[in-house]
Amino acid sequence: MRFEVFDLGLTDFRKTWEFQKDIFARVKKGLLESGLIICQHYPVITLGRSADRKNILIGEQELRQRGISICEVERGGDVTYHDPAQLTLYPIFNLNYLKKDIHLFLRCLEEVVIGLLEDFGIEGKRYPGLTGVWVGKEKIASIGIAIKSWISFHGLSINVKKDGLDNFCLIRPCGMDIKMTSLETIIAKNIAIDVLKETLICKFRDVFSAEIFTGMSLDPSTRVSSDGDTLSFSAESGSAYGGSGKDVPDKEEVG
Amino acid sequence: MTKVVLPELGEGIEKATVSYWYFKTGDRVKEKDDLVEFTTDKATFNLPSPCAGIISELMFQEGDTVNVGEILAVIEEG
Repeated sequence: MRFEVFDLGLTDFRKTWEFQKDIFARVKKGLLESGLIICQHYPVITLGRSADRKNILIGEQELRQRGISICEVERGGDVTYHDPAQLTLYPIFNLNYLKKDIHLFLRCLEEVVIGLLEDFGIEGKRYPGLTGVWVGKEKIASIGIAIKSWISFHGLSINVKKDGLDNFCLIRPCGMDIKMTSLETIIAKNIAIDVLKETLICKFRDVFSAEIFTGMSLDPSTRVSSDGDTLSFSAESGSAYGGSGKDVPDKEEVG
Repeated sequence: MTKVVLPELGEGIEKATVSYWYFKTGDRVKEKDDLVEFTTDKATFNLPSPCAGIISELMFQEGDTVNVGEILAVIEEG
């Protein structure tokens, strides 16, 4: 499977949501094998399908005063918060090329984050039933996805900057009383978010035994062509999808 | 008459929760229309209609848990 990367920079959540749908439609039509959107969001609280509004701990007026918007989306999970201190990634992956297994896909998203943390000498953990990635008892990455026609959308957020954690106190993340942490908090050093992007993209390539397809657009309004130069990255062995990836999905599998 | 069942969603996934029906009994659906949305873990999953026709029966309500392989709905084709 090949995926094209769309680096949107700092962007509005709703605009990115529309962009996800646009990429989704192109993947569904077969115009693009898969896409990976990477971005940062202006402050926003999002509610997944299992969300309880009681998990937002302050009123909407106060949120507005703080410049935080609210958005209900079709992903799984409860409430979460995004801001520019995180990197958010939306894999619009056609699982017909991979394995049609929701839990495996979730575990692979966790693996992407665990691999990134390993590069910093940090042990990322999974806890059964608590999808996401944890460092000790604190959560560093949140995951919530939707799948239609075995094509994924929505995705994961990784807390990078330490100054982004304060606003998590405005919600009960994932409907739980948990503490969030960030990469900067753990390593006690400044991290430039842009530096992490390439590493994360390569982790996706490796975990999903995929190839990266360039032709990157920084502006969602330009509706990037699916044509572009293919970088000569090869899939590494030993990935979760190793040996099972398909070059072409079976026709009857594409809904 | 077509019986719609909850398909395999992955290894170790034995059930899922109905989170949204896109149609009600008596509605006409087209093939590949989104029929029902499930949630499992931190994912939602949309099951499309396998055929065109009229929905004669929905076996579960939103919030119900369904086992893989169980019949979800019956569609009278045509």
